[in-house]
Amino acid sequence: MFKILKYSFYDLMRSRWSYVYFAFYLLLGIVLLFLNNDLSKAVITLMNVIIVLVPLIGTVFGVMYYYNSKEFTELLLAQPLKRSSIFLGQYLGVALSLSMSLILGLGIPFIFYGLFKSNAIWDFSLLLITGTFLTLIFTALAFNIALSNENKIKGFGYAILLWLFLAIIYDGMFLMTLILFEDYPLDKLSLIGTMLNPIDLSRTLILLKLDISALLGYTGAVFKQFFGTSFGLIVSFIMLTIWVILPVLRIVFKSKRKDF
Amino acid sequence: MVSIENLHKKFGKNEVLSGVNLDISEGGIFAVLGPNGSGKTTLIKSILGMVIPNQGEIKVLGKNIKKQSEYRNQIDYLPQIANFPNNLKVKELIKMIKDLRGNSTEDNHLIELFKLTPFLDKSLGNLSGGTKQKVNLVLTFMFDSPLIILDEPTTGLDPIALIRLKGLIQAEKDKGKTILITSHIMSFVEEVSDEIVFLLEGEIYFKGTISELKMKTNEPDFEHAIASILTENHV
Repeated sequence: MFKILKYSFYDLMRSRWSYVYFAFYLLLGIVLLFLNNDLSKAVITLMNVIIVLVPLIGTVFGVMYYYNSKEFTELLLAQPLKRSSIFLGQYLGVALSLSMSLILGLGIPFIFYGLFKSNAIWDFSLLLITGTFLTLIFTALAFNIALSNENKIKGFGYAILLWLFLAIIYDGMFLMTLILFEDYPLDKLSLIGTMLNPIDLSRTLILLKLDISALLGYTGAVFKQFFGTSFGLIVSFIMLTIWVILPVLRIVFKSKRKDF
Repeated sequence: MVSIENLHKKFGKNEVLSGVNLDISEGGIFAVLGPNGSGKTTLIKSILGMVIPNQGEIKVLGKNIKKQSEYRNQIDYLPQIANFPNNLKVKELIKMIKDLRGNSTEDNHLIELFKLTPFLDKSLGNLSGGTKQKVNLVLTFMFDSPLIILDEPTTGLDPIALIRLKGLIQAEKDKGKTILITSHIMSFVEEVSDEIVFLLEGEIYFKGTISELKMKTNEPDFEHAIASILTENHV
């Protein structure tokens, strides 16, 4: 598996898109720091961008890489390699190179601005950790979609739909339910609802860490009680890990049964 | 060497293989023939484990291949259409496959044989079809495995390369290897193969030597013998 990982990673590192992605984050980091002139504020703005953009890039890149490397995959399938190691190697190659672009692209400007001397370092680390989780989750979901769809256009369509659903539509539906059932106690329901969507979960996690939960009123207090504690933090990370593991398991399962 | 029992494969509603039984003994060149869409490539890909059969059992070197991958160390496979990652250089591809499969000393000799030295630093995306096929041949023949599977090996080759290929196949046969070939070029098949396996509508229609086939169909010429099978069966 590590050989495949090495080649996929190497292949992506040479591709233009990794640099574009890296340069984008580098620029974003610099511009935000320049405009905000304050580390904590820059972290908040950054969160709003990352929460939406990282899943999108993860999905699109994942699907694109799978379809583009079809020939490479077929070449590998005739070699004495396990199917699971071929696909897991490719998946990790994509996910890790994307994560690296994210971490380095944002890390470098923040470090130069004096991150290590500031209090924002934990918030910033949390931001990068959730960003990495989101990359792992959405790349895995993208590989699942691509494995199940031979047709590229369909695959891309489903991938974009998935992103749209989890990033935007889910929130809308969630809010609608909250409004519809506002006469009932909803704190448990909204906690669970947040847990079930990795994007919402990451957002809540960061928001509450940033100590701006007072803005959220009563719900914020309930959330703070849960997510603000180390118990909540652990549960959230377990949820994010499950969100990574389940699609990865399906990649292994699906790839074993597929004809090439 | 390879034994196949009651192999069935469907792609959706399209039944490609419907109960193939085949025994390929050790040593010699076997040609798998059949009209387009008769399931030749599917049969070969099933042996390689790239296509997963709906039913049936395949044994390579006496071992069931289901859910195995190690046995592919014993097989050199030449895919039908040479599709390689386009941004890789020829040199890098050869190095990568060597890294994945273990070392080989044959590659330099083969690169020399097919005159590929000037292309080593070019990316695979910029090569012509014939040159890609030569790279494909180098990748296949650089390992020393007892079973060699060639899917349409002659595609795109110029006459000189074709002569070299025939020489290579002969040399491998003389080492006692088993070679499985599919091809639509009947003269090529007639020249190299010891035995033919004829697939028709997902089943084995004929297995035996070329002279046996000529006797069976009452045709003195191999190409006509094949054609007569096809016209008799209205394919």
